[in-house]
Amino acid sequence: MSGRDFMKLSFTSRSENEAFARVAVAAFVSRLDPTLEQLQDLKTVVSEAVTNAIIHGYEGREDGIIEVEVEIEGDTVSLTVSDQGKGIEDIELARQPLYTSRPELERSGMGFTIMENFMDEFDIDSAPGAGTRLRMKKRIESKKALYN
Amino acid sequence: MSLQVELEQHRNTLIVRLRGELDHHTADIVRFKIEDAFLRGRCHHVVLNLQDLSFMDSSGLGVVLGRYKTVSSRGGKLVVCGAQPAVKRLFELSGLLKILPFHETETAALAGLEVVS
Repeated sequence: MSGRDFMKLSFTSRSENEAFARVAVAAFVSRLDPTLEQLQDLKTVVSEAVTNAIIHGYEGREDGIIEVEVEIEGDTVSLTVSDQGKGIEDIELARQPLYTSRPELERSGMGFTIMENFMDEFDIDSAPGAGTRLRMKKRIESKKALYN
Repeated sequence: MSLQVELEQHRNTLIVRLRGELDHHTADIVRFKIEDAFLRGRCHHVVLNLQDLSFMDSSGLGVVLGRYKTVSSRGGKLVVCGAQPAVKRLFELSGLLKILPFHETETAALAGLEVVS
């Protein structure tokens, strides 16, 4: 696929929207004919990012706004997930595997580790009080390309 | 998107079969149902059958880790079976694959527990 293709979702920080967001992104990206594994990876990453925005960014408030943007350029998917929530105090600490700022919620602390592992590029832009923006990229090897 | 939780007690073991998608939204109900059945049934072990679980993220890992803590603090074992490749990769990434026994089938998981109980 050549050229640029783009979509943007804006929705409230309700936990029902975690499934909505990952299914919508998967539906959009499916035009690249990704493997099932790549599609699963992307769905997991979207779920992690949106869940973080809900739990940490908005601390469970359901009236926050979460934005998910997906851009397809050639065979690369760029995914941006942003919130205007409370932001991250210590990004390096938050990136540590198994670290969670909310142990009382029985979190695994694996969200960022999963996103970093499943995507080719991963970048956190956040400051206390200024929200969080996660920018990620992943190259999709389409099934067609694998078969040719 | 939803999640169904099927519970069955087999001797001193609680069998939990999850069908659907386990994320932050569905985590609470899974946590509550397993904890409640485990304690009320005076169970010792838990078999988590993930054969029909089509999606799981780190919220699911949190639920499994939490149940592992409850079960092992009472001297029991938590065994996972039937996990699909994507779900299994998350267990691998989190290190849980090294802590928890994994089996292909529920029968194999139960047979494994008969030996330890």
